[in-house]
Amino acid sequence: MQDRQQRLRHALITVWTIAVIVFVYLPTICITLASLTASRYFQFPISKWGLEWWHKTFSSIEIRQLLSTSIIIALCVTVIAVAIAFFGAMAFARYDWKGRSLYQKVILLPIFFPQSVLGLALLLWFNTLGLPLSWMTAVFAHLVWIVPVVTLVISIQVYSFDPALEEAAFDLGASRWQVLREVTLPVLFPGLFSGALFAFLLSWGNFPLSLFTTGADTTVPEYLYAKMVAGYTPGVPVLGTVSTVGAAILLIGGYGLILATRRAKAAE
Amino acid sequence: MRLGHGERSAIPVVLFLLAGFAAPLIAVIWFSFMPPRSFSFGGAPTLENYRTIFESSSYISFLWSLGLAFIAVVVLALICYPVAYGLVRVFGRWATLLTLLFTIPLFVSENIRLYGWVLFFIKNGVLLGTLKSMFGWQLESILFTLPAIIFGMVYVYLPFMLFPMTLGISMVPNETRDAAFDLGASRWQVFTEVELPLSMPGITIGFLLTFVLAVGAIAEAKVLGGQQVIPISHDIEIAFTYAQNWPLGAALSVLLMLVVGVLVILALRRFDLDKFLGRR
Repeated sequence: MQDRQQRLRHALITVWTIAVIVFVYLPTICITLASLTASRYFQFPISKWGLEWWHKTFSSIEIRQLLSTSIIIALCVTVIAVAIAFFGAMAFARYDWKGRSLYQKVILLPIFFPQSVLGLALLLWFNTLGLPLSWMTAVFAHLVWIVPVVTLVISIQVYSFDPALEEAAFDLGASRWQVLREVTLPVLFPGLFSGALFAFLLSWGNFPLSLFTTGADTTVPEYLYAKMVAGYTPGVPVLGTVSTVGAAILLIGGYGLILATRRAKAAE
Repeated sequence: MRLGHGERSAIPVVLFLLAGFAAPLIAVIWFSFMPPRSFSFGGAPTLENYRTIFESSSYISFLWSLGLAFIAVVVLALICYPVAYGLVRVFGRWATLLTLLFTIPLFVSENIRLYGWVLFFIKNGVLLGTLKSMFGWQLESILFTLPAIIFGMVYVYLPFMLFPMTLGISMVPNETRDAAFDLGASRWQVFTEVELPLSMPGITIGFLLTFVLAVGAIAEAKVLGGQQVIPISHDIEIAFTYAQNWPLGAALSVLLMLVVGVLVILALRRFDLDKFLGRR
């Protein structure tokens, strides 16, 4: 009796979860459908399918410019965020020190902060400093939000790090630099890698911070937003699809890589 | 004084957040006391902007933002709890794949995903077009209504409720549940007296995160709501852009920061992050 009830409950939970997954992916499916139409305006059911808009979008110089701006910003954010967050995570999870508990909470504040307001605050701040807005100020703005996120991601890995490994290396006469290169970084690699992945993807998809801080440079989400509000073309769903599929491939590929290295290590 | 490893490792992040987070916020607070429509810090401090806000109808935008965020949080809690429970207790090895599936949309700009819903709900779109061609039904689109905004918020912030909740539920030890069952507790009692209280840290974080994000939300009302409702973040944006009244925008931001800040500090005050993120 108890058993049957439990099975029923589990079946319901499974059905519900599948429904939620469908809900999560439904708009992506709609966007992909809309990108495959040959006509200028979106109508469903689609009367004429075609890939014209994919050709048009990718041969446009403007779009290439957008993609390269977005990628450059995301790459800069990734490198800087991982470097800062690595030390941040060590302070967060590895060492015991006096201000740690306060530090852990301060780190969370930018994450728990409305991003559009943060973007405006940064706009005001750059203006005060007399910095001209460009993709570089956008990198800085993205970092304010992404460094804390990446710190948390790496911290989760650092929590499972055994400090005895470092101590053993020191006892065997390794220098500080050697310990970092030969012990700490390799052991923490999966965490650093997921941190980098998060940094890249969050920067790539960010809209509210970019909106106020890129100046004349435009990122893909900004362009899409502008086009959605005024001047829809099927190029919008094309770029949207590219951006979604790209994120999915990076994430699944990255995750596969982590699993593969873990398996290779276990086999050694 | 010689700093320890912990302090030294914290320096880069702390310096960065001072320059990139604390300083801009102080700039905003300071700016909110500048005379209306000024663009520099040089003016004599005044309370003019706050008076304007309290005499205007801005409080309506505030109430909308808070109300919509509250509804979104409640709906999200109901949607996410069964899924989070399933991820921890039911799906076993499938849980990783499902978690990955829930993660991917996080990295796609929210306005693209909201636009997908526009294509779904719009007249002659995926939903109404299908109903029309298959059944001949002509229905009104729910687009550009209040429920559409809440729908959009629920959609965009789902992972922010789901993941903390999952962490919270995974903190409930199996032994405690089994013990409660052995002692004759009913399924409902185990839920209300063991599972819910023990997973509360995660659930609280999920509530807090989604509430804060939803209060600051702007895209949902613009893309799906067709400006039926003007949330507070939209008021702020208008003050900074079209109206060119930065001090007013700054004052509105300060009020929003106060609401969010008080909530966050209250909720995080007694929170043990080491335990939550899995230390020893």
